[in-house]
Order: sequence, then structure tokens, then C-alpha cells
Amino acid sequence: MITRQRLAVGACALLAALTAGIALPAGAVAGEPTGDAAPKVDLVLDVSGSMRARDIDGQTRMAAAKQAFNEVLDATPEEVQLGIRTLGANYPGDDRKTGCKDTEQLYPVGPLDRTGAKTAVATLAPTGWTPIGPALLKAADDLEGGEGSRRIVLISDGEDTCAPLDPCEVAREIAAKGIGLTIDTLGLVPNTKLRQQLSCIAEATGGTYTSIEHTDELTDKVNQLVDRAADPVVTPVAVDGADACAQAPTLKSGLYTDREEFGQHRWYRVDVPAGFELRASVSVAADRQVNRDYGVSLRAVTASGREIVRGESTGSGRTDVMSAGLRYPKAEGEDDDDSDSKPAAEAVCLQVANSFSAASGVKTTPGLPLELTVDVVDAPDTSSDVASFGLGRGWWLLGALVLTGFLAGVLWGWVSRWRVAVWRTN
Amino acid sequence: MRTTRVLSSLRVVSGVRAGGTGRAGRVVRAVGAGLLVLGAAASPAVADSSPSASPSDDGAAPTSAGTSFRTATEVDQGQQATASASMGDYLYWSFPADAGQRPTVKATVKLPDAHASATWQVDVYDGLRRRQACQYGAQTRTAAQDAASVELSCTLRTVRAWSEPWADDPLPGTYYVRLTTVGLKAADLGLPVSAEVQVDSKDVGGAAAVDGSLAEPLVPGVAVAAKGGDSDEDSETSVAVLSSIEPDDGWASGWWSDRWVWTGVGGVLAALAGVGGYTLTRGAGRPRRVPPSA
Repeated sequence: MITRQRLAVGACALLAALTAGIALPAGAVAGEPTGDAAPKVDLVLDVSGSMRARDIDGQTRMAAAKQAFNEVLDATPEEVQLGIRTLGANYPGDDRKTGCKDTEQLYPVGPLDRTGAKTAVATLAPTGWTPIGPALLKAADDLEGGEGSRRIVLISDGEDTCAPLDPCEVAREIAAKGIGLTIDTLGLVPNTKLRQQLSCIAEATGGTYTSIEHTDELTDKVNQLVDRAADPVVTPVAVDGADACAQAPTLKSGLYTDREEFGQHRWYRVDVPAGFELRASVSVAADRQVNRDYGVSLRAVTASGREIVRGESTGSGRTDVMSAGLRYPKAEGEDDDDSDSKPAAEAVCLQVANSFSAASGVKTTPGLPLELTVDVVDAPDTSSDVASFGLGRGWWLLGALVLTGFLAGVLWGWVSRWRVAVWRTN
Repeated sequence: MRTTRVLSSLRVVSGVRAGGTGRAGRVVRAVGAGLLVLGAAASPAVADSSPSASPSDDGAAPTSAGTSFRTATEVDQGQQATASASMGDYLYWSFPADAGQRPTVKATVKLPDAHASATWQVDVYDGLRRRQACQYGAQTRTAAQDAASVELSCTLRTVRAWSEPWADDPLPGTYYVRLTTVGLKAADLGLPVSAEVQVDSKDVGGAAAVDGSLAEPLVPGVAVAAKGGDSDEDSETSVAVLSSIEPDDGWASGWWSDRWVWTGVGGVLAALAGVGGYTLTRGAGRPRRVPPSA
């Protein structure tokens, strides 16, 4: 490596004159993320009667949850606004209707007062029903406002007992409404049904599902999730793609989110000035049970309908997301050189299509989450040769050059000898 | 005429170097020796195939993984990233790869004590989220029931400085690694696992040096980040960037490759061979009729 660097330095010095006129490509500007909007986390804890079961490390599920919460509250980063919501904490009766409304904000989402939160947690006692769906809806309301990332951590030991409101559908509705809201679920000593329901909720929002058998697992996981909320991420901008290119919204460089139903087409427009390159990538997430084979395509089309370039991908089996991307450099002065005004931007239409499908029982609305990245950057230096600067490499090159040089030398020698001979003769 | 003079003067210099005895054989031998020396000088650059990535000491290796492209954890090449996760999670990391590198992603998943057989897979995507093919390596592997761990690997194609826009060749920029289980029994969902991922790359060197270069590496959000450097008017710039990844020593400018050495050495050798060839036709050194003092 040292040799290489030294050679590189030498070459740079030698080529300084040559390179003076040509700007070197600038590296990526690594902007330090400075999210001003605080990330918000709402811990939703199941306090239903089943939490009395004594099967986590010899203590009750409730005790394990309390212990974990105390440790999590100690470890929560300063910048995270943490709230706690309970479900089934207050109504011990048998009336389903009342029991299914039993969800309460134990500690409001906001700057964390660790002692106050711990005191509130200590008062909890396993009581009532398991209204997961209503609790999620309320938790989403708790997290309203702000621009930071929002995360619900649902800890439950039993499946929802408040049908017909399917918590999985609720989660999908919440995800479709709020941008950047994720629901992570933790199942305490789960059975098959709970596992299936909680993983469905997580899948619907791009969250994770974890089975918990021990207290330390619970503590570690909740801590991990809270820390994850504190990581600054780019919040996508919601955009509404059109059904045709003509009505499509015009996008600038950035990250966008939208929804796309099965088999639907979404159109967006990007203005690409001459001498710039369009880079677009799209991800369509499978937030519900989908059929085995699927695909996503992203096409760049001119305003008149001619396809410029396409990116497509297909897949099979279990997946969270399917993505495709394309780049389209628009050459400088490719068309109409006669107008010497500012370079006209070409309106490029982007069409996103998916071939996801689902079994007949699966709801098709809201559509699948779609994430679109658009970057318009300077166009690349075009390549005039396969090799770098048309330079050669390898022993064949050396052999050819040596042979050519030798033959040229011999030829030159003969020519000059012949000339001398001619001169002598005259 | 001018060339003749230059060649003659070169011949004189060679003659002096060869000991002034004026034997053509000496000249040829000297040329040969020069060739060998030059070859030796060029060889370090030629055989530049040692693994480039060494574990970097700056910054601790990440101990968590992202759950989507947007939240992928950034890892430097040579770093061993670890993460604790649950079976069924989709784990994302991103790493930078520069022109001339051939990255290999290695992933090890430590599985819980009791589990059914599960199929694990590592996928690599480029900065445009296009899936990149693995040249070789066990990209998908099925862990037998109760197996302690499963190891996966994926060697990408060599990253080129430039490719035609319609191609999906690997280009310098961000690469995403997605590690997940693609086939598992429902009962195993959510079990705790831990994963280790390391990316190393082989420096392919000048053999992969192509002409042309990208104005910006294939880093998502690079247009937004670049704008942020110029002006503060864009509100998007104050928040996190999609990918702030960069190799330790910055992105290669694309100017340097060992092709310069090869071509330069080739030119020198051609010149020497030319001198040699010329000398051969001139007979054995100086004409005998000319006195040495002339």
C-alpha cells in the first residue's frame, strides 16, 4: 500500500499541470446529523391478568417487566422522550366492552423524569383484559406531533382479546397514517397465536418481533429498541404519486414515501438538467402476508412515453422489502444546441410498479409502503476507452512495445547505414 | 535527422555505461539488465493483490444493526460488526467500497440452543438498492436443527470506477448488507440470535482500472448532502443524512492506476530496445578506422 501511495503522490505531482484544469470529483459531504426533533418512544405494557403467571426466571411476568422497566428507565438516553402506556391495568370485571377500552397513559411522552416514571411503574398490578388494538391507537395519539422518529414498543404476554378489531390491521392503519412510526413487539413466554399476532403487528410497521423467556433478555431488548429510536434517521417526505405521467408530482433530490397497492402504478416526475445524472431507487415493502413470488420495477420514461432505462428486481420467499434502482446521466448539449440559453431540464417520469400479490383474505388497502430516493448529481465523466486513460497493462504490452521499439531501431539503423553508404558512394 | 542524433547520443551514453569498450554485446546486456531492474521496480505495483483492508482502530465497531435500508448501521471495511437480534429480523449494515476493490462479506450467525432447521441468507445491495450478485461464497445456507451457528459469505464482483448507466455493475459507493432468515419454522420466530458481519476486500489494482468516473460516488442522498455544504436554505440538510459513509482515506479520484507504471515502463523499454536494435545494425561499436581520440 505504501508503494502504491508513494506512486500515487508522484503521479499527482507529475500530472499536476495536466490535472489543473479538471476538477477532481469531490467526496461525499458527511453531514453530521443534527436532528432537532426529539425521538419519541411509547412503551406499551400489557398489565392483563395473565401477567400474574410465575414463569420468567422464577418470578411473575409482571415482576420481570417492572424490573426491566426500572433498568430501561435508568439507561434511556437524555434526548429520547419516553412515555408509558398500559393496557388492561384498571378494569378487573367481566364486561368485554368496558374491558376493551381499558388502556391508560401511565406516564406521558415527554422529557423523562426517571423517578416519577419508576414510581408510576411500581404501582402496576396485573388486572384485566388485553385490548392491544385500542392501546396501539391511543399510543399512536400519544406520539402525535414533532418531526423525530416515533416508536411504539409493545410488550404483551397474551393475544388480543378484543376481536373483531384486528391489532394487525390497526398497526397497518397507524403506519399508513403516521410517517416514521415503527411498532416493535415483545412476546413474554409466547404461544403460537401470540407469536403470530405480534409478528404480524411488527411486520406491518417495519418493526421487529422478539420472544422473551428471561428478564435480562427483556431489559436488553427494550434498551436496544430505545437506543435505536435515539439514532437519527432521515425522515421521508410523504408524496402522492399519480396514475399517469402527466399528473405526476415533481420531485427534487430527497427521500420520499408513498403507498402502492397490489398491481398499481405510481408516477413521479424529476427534472434532470443537461449535464446532470438522475439516480433513483425504490423500495416496496411487503408489510403483510404476500404470495411467494413478487417483483418491483422502476422505469424512467420521457414525457412522450419513450422508455429511457429501467431497474427491475424479482424475488421469491420471505422478504421485508423489494427494491430496484436506476441511473440516467443526461449528456450535456445532447439536443437543441441552437438555443444557447440555460440548459433546458428534461422532465423524466418515473414509474413504479410491483407484482406483489396476496391470498384472497388479505386486505389490499392501504397499499404497500413505498420508499423512493431521488438524487440529481453531476453527470459522470464519460469513458472514451475501456482502460483508464487508454493506458495499457501487462507483459503482452511490454513485449509488444519492446518488439516494436526494437524493430524500429533496427529499421532506423539500416536506413541510416544505407544513407551513409549512398553518401559515401557519391 | 533529429531522431538520428538523439538515438546516436543515447548510444554513446549506453556505450559509456557499458564500460566504454564499445562492444555491442555489452550494450545489449546492459539493456537487458535495465529491463530486469525496471521490471522489478514495477512489480510491487503489478502484484498489488494484498488484502487492502486492515482492521481500523479508529472508532469502535458497531454493536447493533439497522432494520431497513434507511436505518442501516454503517460499518468500515475490516471492522467486525456485531448485533443481537431475533430470529426473523432483517438486519442491515452498510459499508463503503471503492473502485478496484472486490469486497467479500462474511456473516456468522450464532443460533439459540434449541431450534428447528432454518435457512439464512446474506444479500448485498448497491447504493441504488440494486441487488448485487455474489460471484461465489455460500450466500444461502441452511442450519441444521440445533446447529450452533451458520456461516455465510458473498464475494461481489470488482467495483469499477465507471460503467454504462444501463449496466448494474458495482460502482464506488455505499453497499448494503442484508442478513436474514428466509425460511424458518413459526415456533422459532423471535428467538434470540447474535450476528457478526465483516467486510474485507481484495485490491484488484490496475487490472480493473477502467476509464471514466462518477461525479459523485453512488451514495444515497449525496445530492442532498452536497447541497447542504453549499447553502443552509434547504431545511432537509439539518437532519440526518441517508448515508454518510466514506472510506478511511476518502474516495479514490480515479486518476491513479498501475497502468501508468506499465505504460511508462513499456515506453522506456521500447526506447531501450530501439537503441539496441539500432546499435545492432551499426556493427561492433565505433568504426575501427576512427582513432579513440576523435
